[in-house]
Amino acid sequence: MRLPTLLLILAAIVLAAFFLGRQRALSLARPAGGVRSLHSLPKYYGYYASLGAVVPGIALLLMWAAFSDSLITSRVVASLPEALRNQPEAQLSLTLNDIRNLAAGQMQDESRSAEFAVAADLYNSLRDSSRKVLAGLVIALSFSGFALAWLQLRPQFRARNRVEAVVRFMLVLASLLAIVTTIGILLSVSFEALRFFRQVPVGEFLFGLSWSPQTAIRADQVGSSGAFGAVPLFVGTLLISGIALLVAVPIGLMIAIYLSEYARPRLRRIVKPVLEVLAGIPTVVYGYFAALTVAPIIRLAGQQLGLEVASEAALGAGLVMGIMIIPFVSSLSDDAINAVPQAMRDGSFALGATRSETIKRVVLPAALPGIVGGVLLAASRAIGETMIVVMAAGLSANLSFNPLESVTTVTVQIVTLLVGDQEFDSPKTLAAFALGLMLFIVTLILNVIALQVVRRYREQYE
Amino acid sequence: MLIMDKAQDVVAPPADTVPAAAVPADAQRLASDTVGDVTAKDAVICVRGGNVFYGDTHALINVSLDIGRNEVIALIGPSGCGKSTFLRCLNRMNDTIESARVKGDFRLDGQDMYARDTDVVMLRARVGMVFQKPNPFPKSIYENVAYGARIHGLAANRAELDDIVYGSLERAGLVDEVKDRLDDPGTGLSGGQQQRLCIARTIAVNPEVILMDEPCSALDPIATARIEDLIDELSEKYAIAIVTHSMQQAARVSNRTAYFHLGRIIEVGPTDKIFTNPAHKLTEDYVTGRFG
Repeated sequence: MRLPTLLLILAAIVLAAFFLGRQRALSLARPAGGVRSLHSLPKYYGYYASLGAVVPGIALLLMWAAFSDSLITSRVVASLPEALRNQPEAQLSLTLNDIRNLAAGQMQDESRSAEFAVAADLYNSLRDSSRKVLAGLVIALSFSGFALAWLQLRPQFRARNRVEAVVRFMLVLASLLAIVTTIGILLSVSFEALRFFRQVPVGEFLFGLSWSPQTAIRADQVGSSGAFGAVPLFVGTLLISGIALLVAVPIGLMIAIYLSEYARPRLRRIVKPVLEVLAGIPTVVYGYFAALTVAPIIRLAGQQLGLEVASEAALGAGLVMGIMIIPFVSSLSDDAINAVPQAMRDGSFALGATRSETIKRVVLPAALPGIVGGVLLAASRAIGETMIVVMAAGLSANLSFNPLESVTTVTVQIVTLLVGDQEFDSPKTLAAFALGLMLFIVTLILNVIALQVVRRYREQYE
Repeated sequence: MLIMDKAQDVVAPPADTVPAAAVPADAQRLASDTVGDVTAKDAVICVRGGNVFYGDTHALINVSLDIGRNEVIALIGPSGCGKSTFLRCLNRMNDTIESARVKGDFRLDGQDMYARDTDVVMLRARVGMVFQKPNPFPKSIYENVAYGARIHGLAANRAELDDIVYGSLERAGLVDEVKDRLDDPGTGLSGGQQQRLCIARTIAVNPEVILMDEPCSALDPIATARIEDLIDELSEKYAIAIVTHSMQQAARVSNRTAYFHLGRIIEVGPTDKIFTNPAHKLTEDYVTGRFG
């Protein structure tokens, strides 16, 4: 039986269980004096019966998905002849891959020995029977789960509490999922980064001033030995993010002040969503806007002023990135400013303060933590931004604070290191993970700061 | 309307109308809806024919009232009768409400408050306001009081600013409770202390009139009693207009009382007269607790 069919059958059982459970509750209630004699509303008895049917079946399905392949594989390995079975780990996994491909009919290789065909047949038959057993078990479990739930139903049975407990458990599970994923990403990056640090010392990576990740792939190749000093990348990231924030923070803040304190509500309702569109434009589009429109303008202007401007200057990428993150600053600051109670403004106005004094001395200080939160969010966005920099700021890892020179950033290097065919044991490739880890740590720290600020914000007034 | 005017010409004036001779002629003409004397001796604020519209709602209808120097006038009436609206006209706080339009003659010391060349900032410095809910700024106690003095440049140096802050806190009866923690946030005080902080903040800019919009409605009885004592003391120096829902409070703190009803001032008079011997039926119903 195929999986979709199985799921459909399961759904039908669950639906039936709901109605049967509810019906059961109603018929139990009738002699005792109607629905009021039940502990919970009838639908909760239905939900409980449904949960009884679905939970064991789904649990089995998930376990099966997790473990069945390794079980089958170990059976197949056990059936292999001595010579194949005692291969080294890497060879064995290649052999197994071949067997799987053969089993799936993706490989017609007559040169393979008969042992492979036998193993492939075994693999197929094991998988077929595993599926059949699974379908039978799931349906049986669903029925018995439903039967157990059904037998528990009594007028005084606390169905609502049970259902709510299950729902609460699912909510906990959902929130755990996000946390577990984050930890998983962190771990996977960390392990690769550790492998990198085994080949390149941490000190050299963190403090080295030269970045040139090209290493010889083959022993006979002529190539540089590679240099993995990440400082130029972090300086480049800092420079471009700094330019972006210099653009976005003042403009975003002024937009927020205008929208929340001066603009009429109708204008605000129109302008705010339009501004937020800026954040929705794909960064690739920003990228060629930066490369094809802004960069030539900057170069031209620089020439007029007698300045040397690289064709892929950091300034262009920074300016365009700044425009991209304006909505983060303006929208969150606008929310923070709007959250300041009108009573604060009234109190200030009633003392004879002008609108500008009120904004500068009462509203902005009260909204400051929210504004800082918005700026930090924009900053992490700028640090993580890749596409604009790839297209507009180039790849050369210059150690320079000059915005008119070409620089590169951490994210751009990660992209270039991982694009194309890679060897996953050369420091060149592994460096991408080390950079990713650093980036993760930096943005994590920024987020923690933002959270702290927001927490303080809640205690400001009221 | 035309027909009604004619009808009024024919029939005799209602019995409860005060005879024209009892009040000056112009006040009588302008405040024909109001029973009692709307004028005050040595008036600091003088309103004639005031109207307020919120969009299409006519919230305040042709009201006239004087507020004298050194008097406490209580504005009473049922909810939605326009007393807070009237109060907010007196320092143009209605300007912050977009749909509000104010018509009529509002004068502070003879100057038109709503004239084109009137500086609303200076007006509000002279007519302070204390709100229903205490609204200290999320700053330190010291900064709360210093705020007004700072923005109006009242202090040339730190010592003068200290004097203003201490003096204001003293007059607001708060100095003993907070003098050791002037750097603590004003929002950390109790409700009654916060309201006295707001009063201190208001008197720090040295206004002539203080408007109070139900200043005790969010406070417990003990805090309320302290504010009422404070109003007594402040009345020696400032004209005070207080909106209140508590008739006992109006009777305790005010010299004069104006009774508002559905956007009009029904009756104005000395507080003891309003509460013991009201001239208008509606006033009597309200102060005797028949409604409201």
